[in-house]
Amino acid sequence: MTSNRFDQLSQAARQRILILDGAMGTMIQQHKLDESHYRGEQYADWPSELKGNNDLLSVTQPELIYQIHCDYLAAGADIIETNTFNATPIAMADYGMQAESRLINIESAKIARRAADDFTRQTPDKPRFVAGVLGPTNRTASISPDVNDPGKRNVTFDQLVAAYTESCEALIEGGVDVIMLETIFDTLNAKAAAFAVQGVFDKLGERLPVMVSGTITDASGRTLSGQTAEAFYYSLRHIEPFSFGLNCALGPDLLRQYVAEIAAISECLVSAHPNAGLPNEFGEYDLEADQMAAHIQEWASSGLVNIVGGCCGSTPEHIQALAEAVAALPPRDVPRFDVKMRLSGLEPFVH
Amino acid sequence: MTAEFSTFINIGERTNVTGSARFKRLIMDGEYETALDVARQQVENGAQIIDINMDEAMLDSVEAMTTFLNLIASEPDISRVPIMIDSSKWAVIEAGLKCVQGKAIVNSISIKEGEEQFIEQATLIKRYGAATVVMAFDEKGQADTQARKVEICQRSYKILTEKVGFAPEDIIFDPNIFAVATGIEEHNNYAVDFIEATREIRRTCPHAHISGGLSNISFSFRGNNPVREAMHSVFLYHAIRAGMDMGIVNAGQLEVYDEIPNELREAVEDVILNRRDDATERLLDIAPNYQGDGKAAAKEDLSWREAPVTKRLEHALVKGITDYIIDDTEEARQQAERPLHVIEGPLMDGMNVVGDLFGEGKMFLPQVVKSARVMKKAVAHLQPYIEAEKSDDNKSAGKILLATVKGDVHDIGKNIVGVVLQCNNFEVIDLGVMVPCEKILQTARDENVDMIGLSGLITPSLDEMVHVAKEMERQEFDLPLLIGGATTSKAHTAVKIEQNYHAPVAYVANASRAVGVCQKLLNRASRDIYAAELAKEYDKVRDQHARKKPRSRPVTLQEARDNAAQVDFSMPPVKPNQPGVTPVTVGLQTLRDYIDWTPFFLTWSLAGKYPRILNDEVVGEQARSLFEDANAMLDDVIANNSLQAKGVIGLFPANRCGDDVEIYADETRSAVIGVSHHLRQQTLKDKFPNYCLSDFVAAKDSNVDDYIGAFAVTAGIGEETLAKAFDKAGDDYNAIMVKAVADRLAEAFAEYLHEQVRKHYWGYAPDENLDNDALIREKYQGIRPAPGYAACPEHTEKQLIWDLLDAEKHTQMTLTESYAMWPGASVSGWYFAHPQARYFAVAQIQEDQVEDYAQRKGWDSETAHKWLAPNLN
Repeated sequence: MTSNRFDQLSQAARQRILILDGAMGTMIQQHKLDESHYRGEQYADWPSELKGNNDLLSVTQPELIYQIHCDYLAAGADIIETNTFNATPIAMADYGMQAESRLINIESAKIARRAADDFTRQTPDKPRFVAGVLGPTNRTASISPDVNDPGKRNVTFDQLVAAYTESCEALIEGGVDVIMLETIFDTLNAKAAAFAVQGVFDKLGERLPVMVSGTITDASGRTLSGQTAEAFYYSLRHIEPFSFGLNCALGPDLLRQYVAEIAAISECLVSAHPNAGLPNEFGEYDLEADQMAAHIQEWASSGLVNIVGGCCGSTPEHIQALAEAVAALPPRDVPRFDVKMRLSGLEPFVH
Repeated sequence: MTAEFSTFINIGERTNVTGSARFKRLIMDGEYETALDVARQQVENGAQIIDINMDEAMLDSVEAMTTFLNLIASEPDISRVPIMIDSSKWAVIEAGLKCVQGKAIVNSISIKEGEEQFIEQATLIKRYGAATVVMAFDEKGQADTQARKVEICQRSYKILTEKVGFAPEDIIFDPNIFAVATGIEEHNNYAVDFIEATREIRRTCPHAHISGGLSNISFSFRGNNPVREAMHSVFLYHAIRAGMDMGIVNAGQLEVYDEIPNELREAVEDVILNRRDDATERLLDIAPNYQGDGKAAAKEDLSWREAPVTKRLEHALVKGITDYIIDDTEEARQQAERPLHVIEGPLMDGMNVVGDLFGEGKMFLPQVVKSARVMKKAVAHLQPYIEAEKSDDNKSAGKILLATVKGDVHDIGKNIVGVVLQCNNFEVIDLGVMVPCEKILQTARDENVDMIGLSGLITPSLDEMVHVAKEMERQEFDLPLLIGGATTSKAHTAVKIEQNYHAPVAYVANASRAVGVCQKLLNRASRDIYAAELAKEYDKVRDQHARKKPRSRPVTLQEARDNAAQVDFSMPPVKPNQPGVTPVTVGLQTLRDYIDWTPFFLTWSLAGKYPRILNDEVVGEQARSLFEDANAMLDDVIANNSLQAKGVIGLFPANRCGDDVEIYADETRSAVIGVSHHLRQQTLKDKFPNYCLSDFVAAKDSNVDDYIGAFAVTAGIGEETLAKAFDKAGDDYNAIMVKAVADRLAEAFAEYLHEQVRKHYWGYAPDENLDNDALIREKYQGIRPAPGYAACPEHTEKQLIWDLLDAEKHTQMTLTESYAMWPGASVSGWYFAHPQARYFAVAQIQEDQVEDYAQRKGWDSETAHKWLAPNLN
């Protein structure tokens, strides 16, 4: 990202609440794609089933992904997220596609870049940005996959660093403006991602803004790996995030208290992109756009947020509604904090 | 020191293999689960950060750090606090950083190896997202003066904040606390150097913290705790005011600043602040006045005698004071309507306080046992009055039968459980040791007990417990069964015992658990709930056990033999100075100096290495009191000659035949007087041989004349009489103490005798000169493995030692049918002299070796399986 674009982003964030896009998976689902769509021409002969490999669509159905990005940009999104939630080599191993990971990341970044640039040209006073997503992977570095063997791990820190390094480089090569670690449920995975990202920056000799977004899995108020929101923040603030926040797992009603917890301690911008409610008995998210917007509007009025968007179940309709709902409201003022050593285990420790 | 102290961060230090012998042993033995308990206790006891150190030469420290931190990650009670990753090796630190999801502290880095490495490591620490301790250490060495400390810390700070971009608040300087009052003039200013350096560093390096290990400062007053505590307190008082805000501080080693006697405080302050040239001499002069635990000097505080009688009883129970208990009990009796009400009222109230304090970890086992002694005395006083009333109220909480099973003589742990239960108002029927199954069951029926508790220490006792459980089932018992003792485990209980008996079978890990378990089992409703919990837990344990893969792959016996230890016999073995059998007696006074005290404290559930345990933050006070009592007991048994030590050794020509060792009558090596059978490690070893003890003896066909030794010693002659006398006097504390002391003396005897053998009887190391600490750490040549333990786990081999030495005749020691030694305070084993001889654990063996061993021993397969069961899956 050129320093010019970084300045634009920072400046925009000072002036208003920025809008992040909504769910990619929900939008793809609506197209009811079958196996052949996923394969496209490129992977017609791939030995295993590929249906469900949404990130691959950036290669095999690029126009579809481009269109979804455009729908969110049209709805008012300032920042769109690349279609790379599962694109790390570790997650791609499910399809035997580790070797395709780099390509998928590059192509996903390029599509998002193209969409953002197309809209920036239409509304130069409202530049659009691309966040390159590094997902959590489907493995956990601090949780055992086997309840009977608590010391066991199915992925190591070093493996995660290698995977995230490759994906991060590919995203940057594809032209993203921001790196986003999102849906973090195991902080150690994210620390490996942060380690990798810093390594890539050092190698490039430049820094991109980093957005960090974790997931509070349930009413316990903790991440899946057991940390409170505050402890989680202390574990990752060394990456000097551009924004820090929460997404997924909960709807806005349940997520609010944890967003407030982050807002009280975060030395950077605060982001939140909740689900459109909790899944109903059919696995569908049924919080309507205006209901979701009402919640988010209240957060904004309370001065909790700088960046808002949607996660699972949200659509351009939701994003448009919440963009309108917060348009007139000021962003959260980043408070000043005492300089203290801020350590954490599962719980925070400040000295 | 309240306000300042409250912002001072105390770092837990027990999970450190260099600082805790117990933790080290647990890690070396792979006992990670128990090692986790150590970490958990620290957090429960208030450590705000826990320091973890795995720096031990014999350990793969990277792997140990990784394993332990991964396990901690699954323990929310531990991992809620930040971790301090402590190592002098960068690889270990980095491995640790890859395992913690929280923000940790690295301990430590410095510019010792130059700026380049320092920058590189600090940059990585930043990338891993951790804070770091920085030692005041540079290329020239460790900083001692104020100027050097300040200079190095400032230089480090500048590099970190300017070149690395390290957050200043994440820097913790350790400017090195060194001992003062050492008599060396250059050391006199060390405390001032630290304090003033701290002040200057805090002033010039904004937001950085200062930490250090406090106990160093008082090193020269080892053994004088009141002075040490005063020094710690005074030092901290000034250091905290200067800006020290973190540290490894043993809170038990800290006197309250305001409560230090004026004279002592003045003298200590002179030393710490280096206020006069003769400060050290002056402190040395007055130090003896505060020697000991300070109690001797302090006048006994009798203000508690002013309180009402119920409070006095409570005080006596909590403090374990018997002096006034009869008078107070009598006073209470006269005030009470009925004598029983004294027990039910003030005495039980007092014991409940004891129980609560014990449960909260504020009292320790030895104190509880002393409380029980007071209680017993009080009850004994009331007994005749209660009898006279002919009250048939039986208010016992429940009746519990305890026994050490047939073939086993060990009862210290069982006795402790008995006392703890009695303290909690249970009626305990203790059948003692070596109790046959039928006697246990008959007594249970006759006495109509509520449950049965079985104890055992040696491995064959496990089978006997299985037998008792099966018999209980067959004879249609419905009583809960408790299982405890050193070799028992939850896994064994789940896999081997519980399935044979329908009623609840509870594994009781230690004495403190016993009360809770018994209470749950006594009430029918809670019993069913608890039984269901247990069943679920055992299912899980069984499942885990079934899934447990051997840590390394088994190999065939032949493969193991092909990988036998290559032992160098190019130097001819030393011929014993005194071959044949030699009885040995020795005075207890001599043995006293050979005592390894660390296991003594473990007997009393106090963990920590002697002598450090005497100053331990948590258990130090208890350890000192216990140590004092043990020494008083030693003085007493030595003065009255009430315990005796007897031993016998034998040194014989011997050669290896396969995995066996042939022992010969004389140098002609024609008459075999015994064959010692050994087991070989049978798991895949990459870098090590598959050891068998016989490897350390030259092979018969090598034409090298080699030797083996055997010994049997006891310090327990008279032990039983003494213990019974204490028992009868209602003094459980000393009954247990005498056995614990005899145990230590027997081990000391083995240590002493081994030294005599090395230097004189065998004489292969005539010039050896080691102190007791070096002896305990086994710094000498040769080993003395004991049958029934890791290197030669099969118990029946003791019979051969008995036969070779005619041990019963020489020492009065006997073997039970399970090959336990009687008296309990006994040790026996083999001597191997070869410099390469070492201890190892045979661990799991395979069927082919079982059959091979059966053949060598002339056993059928079933017998072999029975005796080798502990080493079979």
